[in-house]
Amino acid sequence: MIAESGHYALVLALGLALIQSVIPLIGARLRDVALMNVARSAALAQLLFVGASFVALVMLHVNSDFSVANVYENSHSMKPLLYKITGVWGNHEGSMLLWVSILALFGGLVAAFGNNLPLSLRAHVLAVQAWVASAFYLFILVTSNPFLRIANPPIEGRDLNPVLQDIGLAVHPPMLYLGYVGFSISFSFAIAALMEGRIDAAWARWVRPWTLVAWIFLTLGIAMGSYWAYYELGWGGWWFWDPVENASLMPWLSGTALLHSAVVMEKRNALKVWTILLSILTFSLSLLGTFLVRSGVITSVHAFATDPTRGVFILLILCLFIGGSLALFAGRATSLKQGGLFAPISREGALVLNNLLLTVGCAVVLFGTLYPLAMEMLADFKMSVGAPFYNLTFAPLFTLLLLAVPFGPMLAWKRGDLLGVTQRLLAAGVAGLVAVAIAWGWARGGSALAPLAIGLGIFVIAGAVTDIVERTGLVRLPFATALHRARGLPRSAWGSAFAHAGLGIALIGIVCETTWNSEHIATMKQSDVVHIAGFDVKLDGLFQRQGPNFREMIAEFNVSHDGETLSVMTPSKRSFTTRGSSTTEAALLTSGASQLYISLGDATAEGAIAVRIYHKPLVLLIWWGPVLMALGGVLSLSDRRLRVGAPKPARAKQRLQPAE
Amino acid sequence: MTRKQRRMTIIGGSLAVLALAAALVLNALRDSIVFFSTPTMVAEKHVEPGKRFRLGGLVQPGSLHRGDNLAVTFEVADGGAKLPVAYKGILPDLFREGQGVVAEGALDANGVFKADTVLAKHDETYMPKDVADALKKQGHWKDDYDGKASDARASGASKPAATTAQGNPQGAVR
Repeated sequence: MIAESGHYALVLALGLALIQSVIPLIGARLRDVALMNVARSAALAQLLFVGASFVALVMLHVNSDFSVANVYENSHSMKPLLYKITGVWGNHEGSMLLWVSILALFGGLVAAFGNNLPLSLRAHVLAVQAWVASAFYLFILVTSNPFLRIANPPIEGRDLNPVLQDIGLAVHPPMLYLGYVGFSISFSFAIAALMEGRIDAAWARWVRPWTLVAWIFLTLGIAMGSYWAYYELGWGGWWFWDPVENASLMPWLSGTALLHSAVVMEKRNALKVWTILLSILTFSLSLLGTFLVRSGVITSVHAFATDPTRGVFILLILCLFIGGSLALFAGRATSLKQGGLFAPISREGALVLNNLLLTVGCAVVLFGTLYPLAMEMLADFKMSVGAPFYNLTFAPLFTLLLLAVPFGPMLAWKRGDLLGVTQRLLAAGVAGLVAVAIAWGWARGGSALAPLAIGLGIFVIAGAVTDIVERTGLVRLPFATALHRARGLPRSAWGSAFAHAGLGIALIGIVCETTWNSEHIATMKQSDVVHIAGFDVKLDGLFQRQGPNFREMIAEFNVSHDGETLSVMTPSKRSFTTRGSSTTEAALLTSGASQLYISLGDATAEGAIAVRIYHKPLVLLIWWGPVLMALGGVLSLSDRRLRVGAPKPARAKQRLQPAE
Repeated sequence: MTRKQRRMTIIGGSLAVLALAAALVLNALRDSIVFFSTPTMVAEKHVEPGKRFRLGGLVQPGSLHRGDNLAVTFEVADGGAKLPVAYKGILPDLFREGQGVVAEGALDANGVFKADTVLAKHDETYMPKDVADALKKQGHWKDDYDGKASDARASGASKPAATTAQGNPQGAVR
């Protein structure tokens, strides 16, 4: 019954989405308030039904109802409850259901909190949301129904892929989807603006918080995924330039650009057409990401679906939405009035440079992701584009971007003074150079570029600090006054300072980890000792243990530093009987931002075991950086200016004339 | 500055960045792309020693030898030819004889493939796509993999082993 109800609720959600796609638009044409308001109730009802459908699938998984194919293939009655729930989206069908649920959630949020939007704009936005939703409901119902029954229900399920049985699955995909799908809102706003042929600063004020929310989740989702890969895959890699990772990085890059161009549009009423284009491109890249992951077109670390019918279906959705929206853009963009003059050296100019470098960087990643596919299809030879390619292309572009980051927030709007800003950034520059000198003196081995990159990271951080110091007058004015000014500073200024500093912190982590990590691979017997980066790691023994749905072999290591015992580390190797596969559970020892990392290989016949030990200096900075960036985003979101309900003088006038 | 000059500055700057990116990409394409080969292709093309490429095929049953200090040697075969591979390190969790593998490295002077990375397939139903395609092309692939997958899906639970290739991480080793 639950499965059928879930299926039925999904069909009803499709029906509601179809109504929501058409009726509000007719209403907007006829200037009929009642018809336009259908969008609101339809969006909320749609959220209710798709939510019910999602809850039904969760219940099926929790109850281990193996008469449902999706549960049978991805669950096991002995699996811990947490993984029964997370297993819902640890497979193709369930993860698509999560995708549409989140899409409906965003639509519902616009419907619920969009009371101060012009009525026709809200009708258009929700209609566009419903187009996307309808396409994906159809996709799920036609090609990937999660509620399919099996004629002869088996007694036991096939279990979830062991690698996915981890807390990471509970966090990473929902976060990533909140980010991916969140960009659908700015997309819908862009399309609505093009359809209405009208766009103003109020539009940007509406789009920016939604984009920011999506961006925060995407930032955290990517960082979380990277950390998950780091500790779960057992060899300490945290970024693979894998097509699926690129698929999440591309919307992040263009979403970051969108965030910045929306600022220009909001404050200076310039870059309108470009902001619209970026909104379209960002969501298109999210759709492309969904296609790359869901169609199985690229076999990669995350490939969990290989079914050509699905691939073709998503490709059709992709072409329809990207092609359609770009065609609409080409047709209508010229009707939007350009405004806001500015000199090349100005805050606007700096944001244009930021956009330029981010989008070109994004294009490079796109090229690297699709080129091998295109060559395989057209010229029929295979190749892989990996880290060396991106180091030679993406890294230089991003270096330029980072060099420019501290200058941006310090330039004045309209016409800036580059010389003055350079003088004010002198201290930050000196800090960077000192960092280069220290790193140079300290470093033993490694690339000569590494100290320079660390200096760049310090420069970015010091630049963010300088910006805050300048704005609060911390050095010039008495402390109490500075404190008062700090409190009065817009939260968005704090937000951008935090986000920019996070960028520098992540860079330092990346450079330190890749340049100075030490690695030791050996076969170890009991009481063997390995010396690595000042630590003594001694193998105390091997034990067997029975878990809920696996057996594991645990190795116990005693870690000491200068003869002083620090900790006991217990990496293990789990074998899952149902799938006949095994996973490596690495053990981590954190000291400061650095980590000691031990993972196990195969045991030999003589009772020895292959062991991989890494010391990764400052590795945690790689993820603290993005967390700080997301924190900056949250701060910026709490800015009074962006809070929903804050008085906006421009709006009151528009509400009187809902449909012109 | 007039409006036109400002616009030209921005357009000029954009073109400069684009040109820079294009130059970087073209430069990178020259020497950072790694091609994929099977043992047969290696034998036919006489790949020169030291040139990096990815080698894919099946691990020849009975060819795996473990030496001292985690050194391993095995042979990769694709039905047409065999190529000896030497690797030092820990093999991925799912490395097995008779199963698909992708190794990255270069040939040495003796014609042995020195691998620095070995990727293995993840579970029984999953084979690295490069390997499957190469084997298919040579007619060593018994049934069409994709066809089988959708058949199994259509018939419900009859052949669950081949439904979805949920080969998640390929257990990369470095």
